[in-house]
Amino acid sequence: MIGLQHYLTLSAMLFVLSIAGIIINRRNLILLLMCIELMLLAVNFNFIAFSRYLGDETGQVFVFFILTVAAAEAAIGLAILVVLFRNRRSINVQELNTMKG
Amino acid sequence: MYSYYLTIVLAPLAAAIVAGLFGKQIGRGWAHSITIFAVGLSCVLSFYVLYQMYWGGATSENISVYTWAVTDGLRMEVGFLVDRLTVLMMAVVAFVSFTVHIYTIGYMSDDPGYQRFFSYISLFTFSMLMLVMSNNFLQLFFGWEAVGLVSYLLIGFWFKRETAIFANLKAFLVNRVGDFGFILGIAAIFTFTGSLDYVTVFASAESVAGQSIEVFPGTPWNAMTLICILLFIGAMGKSAQAPLHVWLPDSMEGPTPISALIHAATMVTAGIFMVARMSPLFELSTTALAVVIVIGAITAFFMGLLGIVQNDIKRVVAYSTLSQLGYMTVALGASAYSAAIFHLMTHAFFKALLFLAAGSVIIAMHHEQDIRKMGGVRKYMPITYWTALIGSLALIGFPGTAGFFSKDLLIDAVKESHWHGQGAVYWIAYLSVLLGVFVTALYTFRMFFLVFHGEERMDKETKSHLHETPWVVTLPLVMLAIPSLVIGWPAVEPLLFGGFFGDAIVVQSGHDVLGHMGEAWHGPLALLEHAWQTPVLWLAMAGLATAWFLFLKRPDIPETIQRKFAGIYNLLDRKYYFDDLYIKGFAAWGRGIGDFLWKRGDEDLIDGVLVNGTANSVVRLAGVMRQLQSGYLYTYAFAMIIGLTMFLGWLIWFR
Amino acid sequence: MIFEAILFYMFATVMIGAALGVVFSRNPVHSVMFLVLTFFQSACLWLMAEAEFLAIVLVLVYVGAVMVLFLFVIMMLEVNVEAVKRGLTRYAPLAIAFALVLVVELIQLIWLRSQDIQVWSSFIPNPEGYNNTEALGAVLYTEHVYAFEIAAVILLLAIVAAITLTMRKRPGLKVQNISKQVAVRAKDRIRIVKMDAEKKS
Repeated sequence: MIGLQHYLTLSAMLFVLSIAGIIINRRNLILLLMCIELMLLAVNFNFIAFSRYLGDETGQVFVFFILTVAAAEAAIGLAILVVLFRNRRSINVQELNTMKG
Repeated sequence: MYSYYLTIVLAPLAAAIVAGLFGKQIGRGWAHSITIFAVGLSCVLSFYVLYQMYWGGATSENISVYTWAVTDGLRMEVGFLVDRLTVLMMAVVAFVSFTVHIYTIGYMSDDPGYQRFFSYISLFTFSMLMLVMSNNFLQLFFGWEAVGLVSYLLIGFWFKRETAIFANLKAFLVNRVGDFGFILGIAAIFTFTGSLDYVTVFASAESVAGQSIEVFPGTPWNAMTLICILLFIGAMGKSAQAPLHVWLPDSMEGPTPISALIHAATMVTAGIFMVARMSPLFELSTTALAVVIVIGAITAFFMGLLGIVQNDIKRVVAYSTLSQLGYMTVALGASAYSAAIFHLMTHAFFKALLFLAAGSVIIAMHHEQDIRKMGGVRKYMPITYWTALIGSLALIGFPGTAGFFSKDLLIDAVKESHWHGQGAVYWIAYLSVLLGVFVTALYTFRMFFLVFHGEERMDKETKSHLHETPWVVTLPLVMLAIPSLVIGWPAVEPLLFGGFFGDAIVVQSGHDVLGHMGEAWHGPLALLEHAWQTPVLWLAMAGLATAWFLFLKRPDIPETIQRKFAGIYNLLDRKYYFDDLYIKGFAAWGRGIGDFLWKRGDEDLIDGVLVNGTANSVVRLAGVMRQLQSGYLYTYAFAMIIGLTMFLGWLIWFR
Repeated sequence: MIFEAILFYMFATVMIGAALGVVFSRNPVHSVMFLVLTFFQSACLWLMAEAEFLAIVLVLVYVGAVMVLFLFVIMMLEVNVEAVKRGLTRYAPLAIAFALVLVVELIQLIWLRSQDIQVWSSFIPNPEGYNNTEALGAVLYTEHVYAFEIAAVILLLAIVAAITLTMRKRPGLKVQNISKQVAVRAKDRIRIVKMDAEKKS
């Protein structure tokens, strides 16, 4: 009934949605970060689904680490955001184009 | 003999290198000593070889000195073919070159390019010897181009003169036209015979003559005719035959010794020599011979006419050279190769003499070349006067001089060239050479009388300094005057009728005019006795008398004629508009194409579209692409996702 | 089984809806709230996939810590909501189009591939007495113990980085320089000046 494909499909939808979110909410850095979290969640979904499907806990260990890293990333990302805001009084991504050659 | 040949060729080269590269270090004295020594050595050895060949019983030799490349059946080598024809040319070249070397000491004494000049003329001697001694077409071509190069360098010797640069460029370009034909001819020879070696090529000449080639589809040409005409185009360029003659008068911009050596005595006769050398080929194509004789006849007569209206002393002699080269070419076309070579030899002596005499006058006149500003020089420069007189007499073929024998017999040979039939070709040739005699006498003695006789038209300043030139100038004049006067006596019989050239010159029995004439030959004295019976002598005398009457007795008549016949005078004065045709026609046209290719082709197409266009389109594309490189992270991410989408789509739907 | 399926679809629907809310909501605070809902729903789904430990961790770590942090930052920064909203629509149609294409592709891929390997049945039930936490722990502390320790280091790093980044150096801030304090000598502190007790007359 509810099998691997369902989870994968769900994960794909979540993933694509987060991509759309990144493109649409390209002004707001916080929203970008949230979309990235969402994307990671989609990835985690895949891991868990496959782990369950193969009966192997290693996938779940991966999810564990991804969660760890994602937490760290969120912390640092937000810290950068705070610093950025403090320096530029804005978190508008369109003003962050110093990468432009 | 082998080492002699090498020495003959390499001594002038070594001297040229030393004088050319170390001219500053060794100084003027050493520069001329070393080159004169080298060329003198060549000269002496050449005479020795000539002696050996003629009296000493030496035989023809075909020596391969060095093979420098062998590719797919084509052997490229340096080699010497020394037979009686070669030996005669070697002696003439080396001797004239030697006298010119000596003369140059006097003529160029106050020129800053003294060492350079000696280097060039030695290099020329080397090139010319390579040309005549070669045993294959490649080396012939090498010598051919090398003498062309030296000629170019020497015409433009005074490279600060605008006119000299123009003249040497003109000489070079016109020669290119001829050389193009020449190299095509060589290529054709290689195509048909598979070899560039004279002996092999001559051996297979018969089989080549039987083949035909379709250069343009549907019109088969005889292969031999094609080859011969192409080779003759080369000869036309080098020997300044109409219509490729235009460079020779202009080449008089160079120093006079050059005019004597290169543009009268030796290089310009390379074409004559080459055709004589290729006689086994030319003999097989009557068509080519007809072309040769017609071109020669036209040159002989019409270029002589131009000499009458020229006022530059050197140009008069230059047109005379053209005319005489035409005579030789006519002789070649009449299959009288020996006569052509004989005339070449005598002409080398007396024309070099005339040039050097003209140069001597020019020195004395402080480089004034206009004969209208001379006159009465005789009493100031006796040696020059007498030698110039000898040269002039030889040129018009005065009985007893060298020119008499060569020219009289040449005209006889043309008259006898009956296989050309009684058609247009025969009459053009015969009448041209016959009337040319009158014209020759007229312009030669016009110049002679205007320079040496009559009233003294130069300014006082020049007149006060007028005196005989130093011995280095007059010695070569005397050295050349002697053979000009007497070389005919001993040389005429063996050269023309005695089979001197042996198998070097091949004449088919049906064409053998000289053999035919030989039956009625009773020695030079008999010829002299019968001279008054031929129209040749009378025409020459008439020309001389006309010149005397017009330019000494009644100097006002030429001006009247000039006014009355202004149209003809202009035609002659503008050299039949050949220069205008070439410069305003071909050259302007070529430059137009060049300009078009430069402006449109190079600047617009290659530079504008291809080179800068590429850069510009890259810039433009980059301008567009730069919009993508916004520096915003999300654009890059978006691009990645678009790519991913497309890739996945391709993977799922289209694969 | 049917009940399970109903539950799955219900959670899934709510989760997708919440994710849509994250992406499209105008107010960042609402976005965070929707994200929290998404996490909750996914935790439920993970529970259904018998990954109980991770489901709990997700709720604890994400909802309890990370989301709170997000919320905290958003509120602290007082982002101008109006300014953020503009520009939302310019790329939106294109993005949505591509997203739709991509999702169609992905789903097609998933179902196409799974056709071949016959995975139509649901997950194999775990054996009796299976303990997800224990099983995970058994793997984590044996096989992946180094990775686990590295994860710990990463977390430490994140703490240090976050603090370093956000620490403000105010000009008037007084701090101790311990090395200087240790290296100090008596001579640096006092200057003994010799002088007469009273002025010489």
